[in-house]
Parts: sequence; structure tokens; C-alpha cells
Amino acid sequence: MSPDPGASGKTWQANLDALAPPGSRSARERPQRPWVFSTDHRVIGIQYLLLSLVTVAVGTILSLVMRIHLVWPQLALPFFGLLKPEDYLALVTLHGTLMVFFVLTTAPLSGFANLVLPEQIGARQMALPMANAISFWLTALALLVLLGAVAVPGGAPTAGWTAYPPFSAIDAAGPGQALGMDLWLVSLAIFCISSWLAAVNFLVTIVGGRCEGMALMRMPLTVWSWLVASLLVLVSFSVLLAALLLLFSDRHFGTSFFIPMGDLVAGHVHMQGDGSPLLWLHLFWFFGHPEVYIAVLPGMGITSSLLANFSRRPVFGYPMMTATTVLIGLLGLIVWGHHMFVSGMNPYAGTAFALTTMAIAIPSTAKVLSWLGTLWGGGLRLTTPMLFSMGFVSLFIAGGLTGPILAQPALDAYLHNTYFVVAHFHLIMAMAAVFSVFAGVYYWFPLTSGRLMNESLGKLHFWCTLIGAYGTFFPMHFAGLAGEPRHYSQLAGTTAALQSLLPLQRGITYAAIFLGAAQFLFLANLVCSVRKGKPSPPNPWQATTLEWASVDRMVDVNFQRAQSPESATASKRQGWRVYRGPYEYGLRPDRSDFIMQCDSGANPE
Amino acid sequence: MPATFTRTTQVEPERRDTGIGGKPPVDRRPTGGGGEGDNWDNRPSGRRGPRELLTRYRLAMTFALAGDMMFFVALVSAFFVRQSSGHIDGGNNYVSDWHPLSVPPILWLNTAVLVLSSLTIEIARRQLFREIDVMEEWFGLGKPTVRRATPWLIVTGGLGLIFVAGQWIAWQQLYAQGLFYSANPNSNFFYLITGTHALHLVLGLMAIGFALAALYMLKRIEYRQIAVDCTAWYWHAMGVFWIFLFGLLAFFQ
Repeated sequence: MSPDPGASGKTWQANLDALAPPGSRSARERPQRPWVFSTDHRVIGIQYLLLSLVTVAVGTILSLVMRIHLVWPQLALPFFGLLKPEDYLALVTLHGTLMVFFVLTTAPLSGFANLVLPEQIGARQMALPMANAISFWLTALALLVLLGAVAVPGGAPTAGWTAYPPFSAIDAAGPGQALGMDLWLVSLAIFCISSWLAAVNFLVTIVGGRCEGMALMRMPLTVWSWLVASLLVLVSFSVLLAALLLLFSDRHFGTSFFIPMGDLVAGHVHMQGDGSPLLWLHLFWFFGHPEVYIAVLPGMGITSSLLANFSRRPVFGYPMMTATTVLIGLLGLIVWGHHMFVSGMNPYAGTAFALTTMAIAIPSTAKVLSWLGTLWGGGLRLTTPMLFSMGFVSLFIAGGLTGPILAQPALDAYLHNTYFVVAHFHLIMAMAAVFSVFAGVYYWFPLTSGRLMNESLGKLHFWCTLIGAYGTFFPMHFAGLAGEPRHYSQLAGTTAALQSLLPLQRGITYAAIFLGAAQFLFLANLVCSVRKGKPSPPNPWQATTLEWASVDRMVDVNFQRAQSPESATASKRQGWRVYRGPYEYGLRPDRSDFIMQCDSGANPE
Repeated sequence: MPATFTRTTQVEPERRDTGIGGKPPVDRRPTGGGGEGDNWDNRPSGRRGPRELLTRYRLAMTFALAGDMMFFVALVSAFFVRQSSGHIDGGNNYVSDWHPLSVPPILWLNTAVLVLSSLTIEIARRQLFREIDVMEEWFGLGKPTVRRATPWLIVTGGLGLIFVAGQWIAWQQLYAQGLFYSANPNSNFFYLITGTHALHLVLGLMAIGFALAALYMLKRIEYRQIAVDCTAWYWHAMGVFWIFLFGLLAFFQ
């Protein structure tokens, strides 16, 4: 394969140095800040990804403890003893909160967007670097506060990541519901503010910071997905903050937003007022549903980009993909009631939500067809990032097909709170979205470190994870159809019908242990490749998007839009100039089969 | 000329249909679509310069305020849901514990004060953008914008403080009537809504203080414009939110 034209072998770090304008204010005037508090978005991106890595490790260990306890309840946890049902619920709560917030909201959106968003749109830096740094440190603080909830008297909260009142609204309602619950609320409130800051930063960067020629319809689909996800963050996290405030008020100030009149809890009748738990459900799920789209949309964008890259074909139907991204975002705001079909809300509202939920299947299917269309007939290069992207498509289809099933209120009446739902969201969020994070890490690793990750180890990691994923979560569908409820800490001592599912659950546990163990391959690969990985050429995947273009490709743009009166007098200014769309692959078979976005093509090599 | 139909455009040679899996057509034109120097993003041409950074910060402010608006929207929808919540008591009667409370009259005064403060901060903001003064500052001939804007900013800060004090008095009045925070659900909302709004306003007061400091500490007119402009728009937004929230509390109980 012919090398990237104009490649100069510069690494990412060299690009970084070359891009700093000479005598800039940052170099001269600002005092040197310790590296760890840097406002450079690339550093912040790595920080976010490391935070997510630590969190996903903790969350996975929690889930493995849960799985082992479920099928072998007689085993004692080392240094802890036997798990009581409330301990199991604490594990459930912590697992859900850590994974949904600190892994799936941070890594795909904040992690990767900080890593490559400015480069992909040809900007030099984020629009609000200080807000960016503050948002990371607030996220870290929120994580510490949440993990601190484990250590306080009373222990971790047991209300689930959804924290339904009145259980979550009353201190005496259960173990861990006193200080532990309060810390959970505080942690999430801090997280809301940090996500909000990050979202504002991304939106202003994408809307205002694009380079010359980077029209909206020339942006890579990753950028589109971060745009829509940031808008969703803005809308939904504010509502979560309001809900958290109301819940905090119920817990400490004697109000009754969510506590019904005459509720008997732990021997005490609550007569505060006519609150309704349904209000919390509405507020929480108005946030909660866009949240899962925030988790999965960046993964969809990464998948589209990577599939195009490694099939050497343009994305099938790029305008449609942008439209479906926006449509999924918009529709995602009006489907929240499908989490509440059995909550006692008005059944006609249930019908309305069922219709909107089925409607959102249309753009999702269009996306799947586009991915398949991109793959079809392409000269597939089955590298590790490509395998993980294809795995994303596979798991998205598998998990997504059960969505329309659960969208029927009649079916959901049976399946709600069973393992069927667990299977659905784990296949889509835990596996598909995580596959997109893996794909992104393998893909952008050479960009950040100048080295390639080990291919054989990566492929082994992929196959083990794929098999482990299906082995763990697919049988859960059958457990759910058989009626096994969620959140049961053990099946021993329940009915014969449920106990007959123990062999199935044991199989799932074995697969889960296998899945968890397979991730050590990834960790080993990551740690070793940082130091000893094979040095990578500047554009190892022969991608067309701007983050892979070496800084030599910047053109002398007569910078009409001067940032300051002084530079208007400067004759020339280095900037990016984009001439074409983001996925010009599969052309010029005799020479390099792609054209980078910044390549004018005026001088065909 | 004979009345013939002649082709005025070049006939494009028919392209071979590539079919599925074929290569897409290559755009070999040397320029990107509309040609070099194309106004591809429709930005207004002419003297811009300092405007870039200002537009960027205004955009950031817009997004941030949109998110903030969603926060208040959530509180307002909780208000309406709570208003219509009740329970069935032992005698099969529907009982609602919603006792509409009339807002303390001082709130009307506070609203007037806040609207006035919006006016004063708008005047302050406009002082920063007068062409002649900006040019003077840019040439280094003194700081007329700072001289003009400072008193208006101070007045706005003062009015803001009066507003917050008035809110506090309103709370005292309600408390004296026995309507403390958890007395009944609408008092919940009263304190919650006015409280979160007042918190935002206190942040706005801090922003005004910061803007005042920035007027004297920042060296360039552009950065001073940004500081005052963003503060002013935030203040206006808080005023608009208050009008809606006050209308809710006064008329929709």
C-alpha cells in the first residue's frame, strides 16, 4: 500500500508541539501548571479514559461478585463474610451507577471527544479549555464521593441506580439508605454539573470552532454523534439535577414530593403530604432514557467511521446517517414512559410511549442497514478495531431486536423487571457500547502514543469478549421468559420453577467469569504497548479524517477571521482547509485508495 | 436567429453505472465545491476581529442557559404534577392537600426591582460597545467604556442585592405566618422555586462583581466586552425566568 502522501513521520506529540503558536500567551505569560491539571484536551481525554477504565474494572468486579453469589450463595466473600440480600442490592446499586454514569457517559462522549474532536474538525483546541478541565475534576470528585458511600456507617445505598422513592426518600427505609443514599445524591449532583460543563464546551467547539471548509455535512459521523449527545446531556441532566434536589428535600426537609400520604415505612406512618413516586419516575426517566442514547450514540458514530475506514468504502448514505443521528436524539426525548408501563401511569400514556418507542426503531434500523451497506462489497481489513466495530453491529442488532418486544405494554407487563430486560440493556449498553469504546481505544492508540497495540492479542481479546458477551447475556433472555425476576440475591429458597433455572444461571456465571478474565488480555496489551508496542506510521489505518493528517498538511490560509486585531495584519496563518467529505475511501485503486479531507486533490500524485 | 433549440450547457458524458460495491465518483475539482474563498458558512464578511471570541462566548452562554432553563422546567412540571395529586381517605373522599398561598406583596416590588436591574445592566452592556469609545480604548486613549459602564454595573449589583434582600423578607413574612418550608406542598414549591432562583441570582451578583473587577484588571477591550456581555445576558435570563416563575407562583397556585 502506498504511504499517506506527504507523510512526514511526525508523531502526535510532535504535532502537538508544532501546533502551539510561537510566542503564544500560553507559553509566555501563563504560569506553568502541573501536567495533571492541564487544560489541553488531549490530556483531559486520557484522564477521562483512565477514570472510566478504573471504574469499569470496579464495576465488573462488583458484577462478578453478584453473579457468583446468585448461583453459590453459600460462598463467603473474603474479608466480608456472607452476603445478605441487602448487600446484594448495594452491589446492584453501585454496579449500575458506576457503569452507567462513570463508564458509559464519560468514556464514549467525554473521553473520546476530548481526545480527537478538535482535531477532527480542524480546531486547535476546545472552545472552553478551563471548563473542560474543571469538568473532569468534578467527575473525579463525584466518583470519590460515590465510592465513599461504601465506607460510611450504614453502607452503600440499596435503592438501585434508579433510586425509586419512597424507598430512596426515607432514611429508615433500609440499610444504607441514610448517609449512603445522601452521598449517592451528592455524587450524582456533582456529576450533573460536570457533564453540563463538558456538554457546553463540546457544543460551542463543534458549532463555532470548525476550520475552513468543514461544513456540517462534511463532519465525521463521530462529531455528529458528539453534537447530538451533548445536546441530550444539556437537556436531560438538568432534569436529573432538579429531581435529585427534590429527593434531597424529601429526605431532609420534611417535604413530600414523592412520598404518598399514609405510607407505612419501617413502623412509621408518613403523613407529610400527597406526594407521588410516579413523579420521580417521570423526572428520572425523562433523564434516564436520553442518558442511554448519550451512551450509545458516540459508539454509533465511531462504528460508522471505523467501518468505512476498514472496508475502504464511504459510509453508506452519509446524509441519512446524520439525519438518523439527530432523529434518534430527538425521539429519545419522548420515549421515557416505556420504562414505566407497569408503574400505574395512565394506560393511554403507555400507548403513546409505545408508539414513540416503536418509532425510534426506524432510524436505528436505518443505521444498522447503513453499517451493513458500508461493509457489503468492501475489501475488509479485519484489524482489531474493525472486529470490535463489527462486534458492535452484531451486539446492537441482538440487543436492539428485543427493544420493540419490550416496547409493547402487553408484553412488558410480563417481562418488566425480569432478566429479559437485563439481557436487553446489557447487550446494547454493556456490550455494544463497550465494544465501541474498545474499538476507539485500539483505533486511536497509535494517535496518542505513536505505537500500535499488539494485533494478535487484540484479536484474541475480541473473540474471547464476543463469545463471553453472548454466553453471558444471551441466555438471560430465556431466564427472563421463564419469569426470573431481577434483583433476587439468590435462587435457593425460592420456588421450584425458579430453582430449575439454576443450571442456566450457573452457565451464565461461568461465561461472565470468562468474560471478565478476557479483559486482562486488553489490560496487558494496553500496558505493554504503551512502552514496547510496535512504532506506528503516522496514519496507520490510512484514514481520511483530519486527526490523522500530519501538521505539514496545514495550508497557509489567509486567515480572514482574525482572532485579534494584530493578526489581521499578519500576512499568512496556518490553518486547516478541508476540501471534501470525511469518507472518501475506495478510490484510485492504483495509488492510495483514499483521499484525506485536507487533501485538495489539485495535484494528483 | 432561426428558432432552434440549442443546448446552452455542455452535455455531460454518461457515466457508467457502477452498481453496488462499485467505487463512488471522484471529485477531481481542484476546489472544494464552491471554489476558493467561498463563503461556505455564510458568515458576514467585513470587519470582524474581536467579534469571533465574543460570538463564541455568547454561544456558550446560550447553551448553558438552555440547560438551566430545563432545570427550571423540571421544577415547574413537578409543581403542576404535585398540584393535582391527592389521595382517597377512609370515607372514600378525594382529598388534596394543596392550599394555594397568596404571594407576599413584597414579591411584586421585588419583580419591579429585578426588571429595573435588567434595564440598568443592559445600559451598562451597551456602554461597552459604543463604536467611538471602543476605538478610543483600542488606541489607548483612556478607558471611556469603563468610566461609563461602572456606575451602571454598580447600580445593577445594588438592585440585585435589594432583590435578594426582598426575597429574604418575603421568606420571613411567610415564616411568621407559620408557612415554613415543609408546612404544605405549595410552600415547598414557593421556597424551592424562589430559593433556587435566588441562588442563581447570587451567582449572577458574583458575576457582576467579577465583571466589575474585570473592567479594571483585564487589559483588552475585547475581554472586557465579553465579561460584561456574558454577565448581562445571564442577568437578563434570570430576569426572564423570574417573570415566568413569579407568574406561576402568583397566578397558577
